[in-house]
Amino acid sequence: MSRKRTLAAAAVLLTGGLVLSACGGGGTTGSEAAGGANTVKIGFAGDLTGKNSGIVIPGRNGARLAIDEYDATNPPVKVELTEYDTQGDASQAVPVLTKAVTEDKIAGLIGPAFSGESKAADPILEQAKVPNISQSATNPGLATHGWKYWHRIVANDNDQGPAVADYLIRTRNAKTAFVINDDQEYSVGIADAAAKEFAAKGVQVSRDKVVKGASDFSSTVTKVKAAKPDLIFYGGYAAESGPLTKQLRDSGVTATFASGDGSTDQTYIDAAGASAAEGAILSCPCVIPIGAQTGRLKELADKYKAKFGSDPEIYFSEGYDAATLFINAVKAGNTTPEKINDYLASAPPLDGYSKTIKFKPNGEVEATDVFIYTSKAGKLAYLGKSTDVK
Amino acid sequence: MGGIDEKPRGDTAVTDRVNPRVGNLAARVRRSVSDASDVLWRRWEQAARWQRWLVYLMLIGLAIVAPSPVIGSFMSPFTDWPSLLFNPIGVYVLLALGLNVVVGYAGLLDLGYVAFFAIGAYTLAYFSTTYGWLFWPTLVVGVTLAAVSGVILGAPTLRLRGDYLAIVTLGFGEIVRITAVNTDEIGGARGITNIPHPPNLFGVQFLLDPLPYYYIILSLIILVIIFSIRLERSRVGRAWAAIREDEDAAELMGVPTFRFKLLAFATGALVGGMAGVVFAGKVIFIEPNNFPFILSATILAAVVLGGSGNIPGVILGAFLIAWLPERFRGLAEYRILFFGAVLVAVMALRPEGLLPSRRRRAELREGSGGMGRLGGEVGCASASSEVISAEARQ
Amino acid sequence: MVWNDVVAQFGPSTIGGLAFGSIYALIALGYTMVYGVLRLINFAHSEIFMIGTFAALFVLNLVDLSAPLSGLALVGMLLLLIVVAMAVSGGAAVLLEQVAYRPLRRHGASRLAALISAIGASIFLQELFALIVIPDVFHRPQQGGRLPVPGPRLVNRDVLFSIGNANVRTDQLIVIVAALIMMVLLNQLVNRSRIGRGIRATAQDPEAAVLMGVSIDGIVRLTFLLGGAMAGVAGVLYLMEFEVTNYFVGFALGIKAFTSAVLGGIGNLRGALLGGILLGLIENWGAIFFGSQWKDVIAFIVLVVVLLFRPTGILGESLQKARA
Repeated sequence: MSRKRTLAAAAVLLTGGLVLSACGGGGTTGSEAAGGANTVKIGFAGDLTGKNSGIVIPGRNGARLAIDEYDATNPPVKVELTEYDTQGDASQAVPVLTKAVTEDKIAGLIGPAFSGESKAADPILEQAKVPNISQSATNPGLATHGWKYWHRIVANDNDQGPAVADYLIRTRNAKTAFVINDDQEYSVGIADAAAKEFAAKGVQVSRDKVVKGASDFSSTVTKVKAAKPDLIFYGGYAAESGPLTKQLRDSGVTATFASGDGSTDQTYIDAAGASAAEGAILSCPCVIPIGAQTGRLKELADKYKAKFGSDPEIYFSEGYDAATLFINAVKAGNTTPEKINDYLASAPPLDGYSKTIKFKPNGEVEATDVFIYTSKAGKLAYLGKSTDVK
Repeated sequence: MGGIDEKPRGDTAVTDRVNPRVGNLAARVRRSVSDASDVLWRRWEQAARWQRWLVYLMLIGLAIVAPSPVIGSFMSPFTDWPSLLFNPIGVYVLLALGLNVVVGYAGLLDLGYVAFFAIGAYTLAYFSTTYGWLFWPTLVVGVTLAAVSGVILGAPTLRLRGDYLAIVTLGFGEIVRITAVNTDEIGGARGITNIPHPPNLFGVQFLLDPLPYYYIILSLIILVIIFSIRLERSRVGRAWAAIREDEDAAELMGVPTFRFKLLAFATGALVGGMAGVVFAGKVIFIEPNNFPFILSATILAAVVLGGSGNIPGVILGAFLIAWLPERFRGLAEYRILFFGAVLVAVMALRPEGLLPSRRRRAELREGSGGMGRLGGEVGCASASSEVISAEARQ
Repeated sequence: MVWNDVVAQFGPSTIGGLAFGSIYALIALGYTMVYGVLRLINFAHSEIFMIGTFAALFVLNLVDLSAPLSGLALVGMLLLLIVVAMAVSGGAAVLLEQVAYRPLRRHGASRLAALISAIGASIFLQELFALIVIPDVFHRPQQGGRLPVPGPRLVNRDVLFSIGNANVRTDQLIVIVAALIMMVLLNQLVNRSRIGRGIRATAQDPEAAVLMGVSIDGIVRLTFLLGGAMAGVAGVLYLMEFEVTNYFVGFALGIKAFTSAVLGGIGNLRGALLGGILLGLIENWGAIFFGSQWKDVIAFIVLVVVLLFRPTGILGESLQKARA
């Protein structure tokens, strides 16, 4: 052992540290330089790199599309979109969004995308008085806190669960239902709401729960087979609902399979397989511009495809509409968070791509439409509004 | 004391001489780093009492000014630094200090440590939202409940050895989480929202600003450090060391091993519960998914990475594990990939951890120390065969 | 709980439990062999299984099946898949040992350090698949690496025969039979062959084994190879049965498989078989009474109870002499 070697080691460590800090420093100045005087910063928060990023990224793309279109018109005040990756995790959302409001000084936020992170991070936005519009957090409890800066532009699970239950009762003439959910917050909420509606309408309900990440659902399948229900409602995400559907069909269960927005996704159909998923009823409080739709939504879908090279997916139009709300606020001359929030409360209804948007005083959107989709020949297909479809 | 210090260093020298061909970069880095830390350690051992106290005070001073934006702009360009200092950094450090008692001192492998964190958090969340209990008394209750659950888990299982204990504790962690998911009384999968903040203390308000919470957790960390050091140097600490090094021998020498193992478990659980209560007091909302198995594994990684059994090491390990992924958010999704690779690399280069205690290091070299050596005698045998082949060549 | 319900569910639950338990058992073999020789919990073994499912999927995608197979074509395809997955998973396990464990072994590091290295390797492999392998090799969109990756149907779900109200399907029978065959083969290899003797000798007394001329590194490598190959077979059977996989698939199964190994007696090959199948059955039977969400809790409680009465598992440690 010699002192020389020690020195060499210290030198290596120091150089490494400097290189790393230089990288970090470069990154910071880059993002700071972007914000000019005539720019309003709008944030987008959600799971951009985590397990559920597939249902958040389309919304981010929607927001980016709207903002890029606006900025391309060379307006006097531009809008800049800053992304905040929370990985859908409440403990990451808090520090990331604290920084967004204290240092980046965003004037508004699209998101947080999920309900769990919203519960933890929305109080920070509330305290900082930054208006936020979630495109996909559907937990009913979020509206009960008296938050003044919180908004969402989709119906909540207490609307969605019963809406799809009513649709099923109306169209399937069901007497018995089997309600299944996984162990996540969203899943329990929507499954409970649906089960309650079934019971209220005189449908006999049996239940079972599965575990997130499970792959063998044989015990649940056995229970369903023993109960012989007319229909099955699943609250949860595609990673479980897909394999569950396949295993149900493989064991000869033919009852209609229905699920909420966690499964309204091509991923569900792929994971279940086209034949097992065929005819499954999938609901969403969102409008996905796919297939049969025409007119404005088709135009929007084409723009999306041109820009991002793929078909638009879930919560894309909602992301676009949320960004449009902020853009309109800026257009009307509001550049501070307070003023933007006032604008959101008082503005005329926005004729958005997803729905006509007008907020209630508690931040919920007035139009609580739920839309029904199905799986047809291995593709997601649009059926219509839950109250209209036959 | 010097003897223990000399022996392992002698070992290094021998290996160096026997293996001149080990001139590859990894080995060189490994040796330089370990030599550098040896020099520092020796300085530290020889320093006068007042010098050490000066360093302690400086470290505490550094911790107090840590949330300043000057430090924050370098430490965390992507997120809010004071928030990070509380969670994950402060929380991880506190948890790692608690787990260190179990793993580092008593040599018991606990893979379900997150259960105690969850019990503490749920205690505050449940009693404050349902019965309106205040933060400080609930802290005491939460800590007690966690310690009691540590005893409940330990009593039947601590008679199991090493790896059996590991899988049973892992199971316990999962049982606590799954029970929370499926018990509607404590919110089920929806968790508990609107957990009240602590009441004002010395005129300081506890709202959403992370700073006051950071100082609470900092004081708790200092408290736990003092407590740990006192314990380690007491009769209890010596008993733990004996159990860790050779449980059978300790038992034969009249150490009531079961009782001391239970004590270690309860102490660790107590600290975990404490971290849980403080965590819940800050975050407003908790759900079962805040307490996954991977968090247990992460805290264990922090303890081992830093240097199991050595308090500065454990703190360093927890700090790095909490801080690195946040610091390198710029790498976006690749940061977890690198994190995994770094764990493998550090263990390969410095299996005894970044800052091991001398005693612990000596134990590891000997192959004793609770968990024993990788492969039992296999690692030893292959090392000796290497020596034989090297000698044959000379 | 209506008694009729229990009766109606018992038979089908048993078949499902047997099939899934066989997969547990195959994965458990890898844990048990590595533990027997190195006394190391190879935490990254679950990722070796995950790699096996993707190896099988890769071949199936290449072949581009248009319809499910039957008869000889099916047997041939299964053999092909198993050989490829064994090679890939076995190779991955050997590589894992080389990178994550060998340096530690060389330095006589503590088993705790090896455990952390294993956790690191596990995280690394999962992320590697989510970020690079699944998007690039399996042609998924960049953010799709964390979504389930579906595979084609290999076997039709025909009911072969019924026992009471329990239907036994072709796919389930294949899983159970294939798993049993692989385990018998492995047991023969370890107990009857020369290299098997090397493994047993090393497990019993490494120092003596070295003196007798056994190459420890070779034996360790072989152990990882065999354990990894069994995980590869498990990957094939899993993919055939569930027709979907993802980067995270190993995690839940790995923990259960390790539990199976401990339940049966870790280090003991027959113990892994017994533990895996028992665990599969107990989970499904327990779910009849308590609901499927309590499966894991039931599994762990059974484990604790068994360990309280038999501290080294049901059959005890026997790959080496039992070490108290």
